[in-house]
Amino acid sequence: MLWLDDLTCQSDDFRLRADLSLAPGGITAVIGPSGAGKSTLLNTIAGFLPPASGRILWDGDDLGPLPPGKRPVAMLFQDGNLFPHLSVERNVALGRDPRGKLDADTRATVARALARVGLDGLGARKPGTLSGGQQSRAALARILVQQRPLILLDEPFAALGPALKAEMLDLVAELARDQGATLMMITHDPEDARRIAGQTIVVAEGRAASPQPTVEVLDKPPPALQEYLASSA
Amino acid sequence: MADRAQPVRAGAGIVAAGLVAAVVLGALGAVFWRAGGGVSPGPADWAAVRFTVLQALVSATLSLVLAIPVARALARRRFPGRGLLVTLLGAPFLLPVIVAVLGLLAVFGRAGWVNLGLGALGLPPVQVYGLHGVVLAHVFFNLPLATRLILQGWAEIPAERFRLAAQLNLGPAEIRRLLERPMLARIAPGAFAVVFGICLTSFAVALTLGGGPRATTVELAIYQAFQFDFDLGRAAFLACVQIALTLGAALIALRLAAGEGFGAGLDRPVDRWDAATWPLRIWDAVAIALATLFLVVPMAAVAVEGAPGLISLPASVWRAVLTSLGVASLSLVVLAALALPMVAALSTGRRGWIDLAGLLGLAVSPLALGTGLFILLYPLADPAALALPVTAGVNAIMALPFALRILVPAARGVVADHGRLGAQLDMGRGPFFRLVLLPRLAPQLGFAAGLGMALSLGDLGVIALFANHEAATLPLQIYRLMGAYRMEAASGAALLLMALAFGAFWICDHKGRARAVA
Amino acid sequence: MTCRFRSSHLTLAAGCLIGTAAVADTPTLTVYTYDSFVTEWGPGPVIEEEFEKTCGCDLNLVGVGDGAALLARVRLEGERSDADVVLGLDSNLVAAARDTGLFARHGVTADYDLPLTWDDPDFVPYDWGYFAFVHDKDLDAPASLQALADSDLSIVIQDPRSSTPGLGLLMWVKDAYGDDAPAIWEGLADNIVTVTKGWSEAYGLFLEGEADMVLSYTTSPAYHVIAEDDDNKTTAEFDEGHYLQVEVAGKLAASDQPELADQFLDFMVSDAFQSAIPTTNWMYPAVTPEGGLPDGFDGLMVPGKALLIAPDDVPALREDALNEWLTALSR
Repeated sequence: MLWLDDLTCQSDDFRLRADLSLAPGGITAVIGPSGAGKSTLLNTIAGFLPPASGRILWDGDDLGPLPPGKRPVAMLFQDGNLFPHLSVERNVALGRDPRGKLDADTRATVARALARVGLDGLGARKPGTLSGGQQSRAALARILVQQRPLILLDEPFAALGPALKAEMLDLVAELARDQGATLMMITHDPEDARRIAGQTIVVAEGRAASPQPTVEVLDKPPPALQEYLASSA
Repeated sequence: MADRAQPVRAGAGIVAAGLVAAVVLGALGAVFWRAGGGVSPGPADWAAVRFTVLQALVSATLSLVLAIPVARALARRRFPGRGLLVTLLGAPFLLPVIVAVLGLLAVFGRAGWVNLGLGALGLPPVQVYGLHGVVLAHVFFNLPLATRLILQGWAEIPAERFRLAAQLNLGPAEIRRLLERPMLARIAPGAFAVVFGICLTSFAVALTLGGGPRATTVELAIYQAFQFDFDLGRAAFLACVQIALTLGAALIALRLAAGEGFGAGLDRPVDRWDAATWPLRIWDAVAIALATLFLVVPMAAVAVEGAPGLISLPASVWRAVLTSLGVASLSLVVLAALALPMVAALSTGRRGWIDLAGLLGLAVSPLALGTGLFILLYPLADPAALALPVTAGVNAIMALPFALRILVPAARGVVADHGRLGAQLDMGRGPFFRLVLLPRLAPQLGFAAGLGMALSLGDLGVIALFANHEAATLPLQIYRLMGAYRMEAASGAALLLMALAFGAFWICDHKGRARAVA
Repeated sequence: MTCRFRSSHLTLAAGCLIGTAAVADTPTLTVYTYDSFVTEWGPGPVIEEEFEKTCGCDLNLVGVGDGAALLARVRLEGERSDADVVLGLDSNLVAAARDTGLFARHGVTADYDLPLTWDDPDFVPYDWGYFAFVHDKDLDAPASLQALADSDLSIVIQDPRSSTPGLGLLMWVKDAYGDDAPAIWEGLADNIVTVTKGWSEAYGLFLEGEADMVLSYTTSPAYHVIAEDDDNKTTAEFDEGHYLQVEVAGKLAASDQPELADQFLDFMVSDAFQSAIPTTNWMYPAVTPEGGLPDGFDGLMVPGKALLIAPDDVPALREDALNEWLTALSR
């Protein structure tokens, strides 16, 4: 279980407070106006930003002292999820062995993961030669072999077309469910949230609210979200 | 972003920088100690300081101003032989000074090709000796380096940005404002500082082409204080003035070199839709052609002069080739051992004294450094036995500022673009260094290694202080040939040296760029 | 054999070690000299071979830059120096060398063939030459420094602050003109194309056609005649006389081989050494060898008058002369 215990995130001149917990295994959307602090929240959980105060606990353990790579977190960023000079296979393999070793066992795992995301046989290619959708799939394959219980998505599919994005969301939801992982995803599109997220955290006016069922949030949005949803509709 | 979230650490880099600072400052300290204190310089010394700064300012400014159109043209044009030309650009910088000066004189000298042409047209000859001659030679040496450093900056603008610009139908003027100027603001001050530093320590160029004692540089004053007056205190003091000037210029440059990187691209080849107009094509062609002529013709003169001497080179020249290659290889190892940790340390955005320590090699008078090391090492071991390792070490320290200038901006880009992913994957320092930083820096590493190797091959530097006749490097051997009236053999050996330096540079540079494409 | 560090050649290193063991009992005489002396074209190889025939020792010739660098090196090393003999100081550096107190008196007597009397208690001459301006034979050369200054001929000279020939010219003008030296320099200022760091650069520029004349030695044309079969170079004779460069050697007081050092200085003025000088160092031998001078030397210009400032007077004159030179040429 993820527990944000009276957490204050700080990035440059702006603060965000969060005091909430997420039950394990679910998919949670993080929604709110641009600049409200959604990315700051995820970056703090992932360990890229130190909390201004409060604690981040996973299954009761304080993640505070841990560097990003030692946290039970796998994260996909808006861009830069693959090393452009390494083959897809090596990129994915890094999720299993960050020292870059590529033994038979790892190769087999990577091949299974690539097959699972529909990139069978493309392991030798460099990311630059893949389409946007294929690049997303490669990044997902790495998430798959990382086997971390908490997956954070900072809009990695924002650049894809609606059909492709929907396909990716379904795939990521399926992978998370298979792994029993907890998934937090930032989105701008209420339909994304409706599609896969059972619950939603609204981030607005310096606060991250406790998760509420997605349907309720979107059908009866709180005032802070109303204007944003109206303008983005 | 918190420092702990980066998969690179500064520890080893701090040690390497400390080592460089200890060697350079320790050597100067030894000179002071041996002298029993510093001595204040006289009016002639201050005149030398003024001339040195003046010629360095003019030379560096001109080198940079001329390098920008050449680098821009090379960045946005693809033509057969471009790769060769880019490599060739490294060559003048790598030539031993006297060889390059003789090459320049074959073109611009009294009996040179330019004056022959002017004479044929009935025009009065041009006089090359004077401040303008010094500047001409310094631009010849440094225009290529400045061009390469700036070209590197252009290469760091991802193809995506130009695609975006093309999509927005941005013209050359907008591209200059939005992409090129921010890049230049980041790259140019550092390049300026490097060229300024090189020109500050110039000695033989200024003396030979300066036309007289008006063109006395600080380095000559140091030489005089050491060799003729044996006034170690004054020599050490002047060496400190020289360091202060270079580091001062560097500090100003680093402060000016603000601006952000361009973010990650996906290694697509750069297409430049904005530059397809005819006026720009002609402009670029002229820039490339003029620069090529200016740089290649004097080198061709060296080749023409040297070719007859090549056939009858004495065996000692070939032994010197082996010695030089050994020294250069060793120097490359030391350079890598110093530069890579410092690059890792500087890539997190850290600045300050690591950067300054890296510049010491540029700022310190080679003669003062060599003499100081001699004073330190003499009680411990036979100087002749240390000649080659000391030369290799000093060459590495001298090449370090160039290596850092080439590697650090790119390394900062790599860490900014991929550091977060590396940290997220728990890669650790070693694997990130090996799997991400080094491969991403392949072109810069090749360039830096080639430059370091060639600099070492062409350096006369401290070897003369330590060596005896059995351990001569090729440049020293060339001077010995000249000193024995054997000008033809010296020209042949100079051509050989040019070919070696160029070959070593080409191999390293080419390997680096080939790896980047693969 | 001598054993020195090499970066490669393991076999050579191994051979070197064996060699060291074999000659361990042989005393070594270390002689510091300038670089061009020890090269394969210099006198070094012949002299090493000849001396080792008789001395029962190992002669270790160490090349250290040029004449000025040589003295600086000895000063840096001081009394700890490995050197037993320093060979290659120029007459203008003798006083500075004597002032270090590092040199010992010598006991060499010889019948020198110098144009002037040399009688120095510390330093033994081994060769000498007249400074002169070298030019192509078809040039209408001036007959004096004054005429050169008045002409519009171009010359290349060496910097007196970094080279011994440069310092020689400074002394030449001072000796010939005394208080009028500044006027000569002012007259020469527009003839001087450039001032180089050392002899090699200046001579190289001259051969490239950058100037009509270059400061060198009256013996320089001999090289072109003997080694290149080219008799197109000659030197201009000046009425004021020509300044001498006398090259000398001295024994270090702290030498651990004083007898061998004395033996070497005696050898230095002997026929075996002196006969090697003309065609390796391209200077006049201090004692003309029995076989006389080689062929190319007979056609050389011989000045009517030789000039030399007594070595011990040089330091006092040098600073003033240098300031006059700087002032005249900086205008």
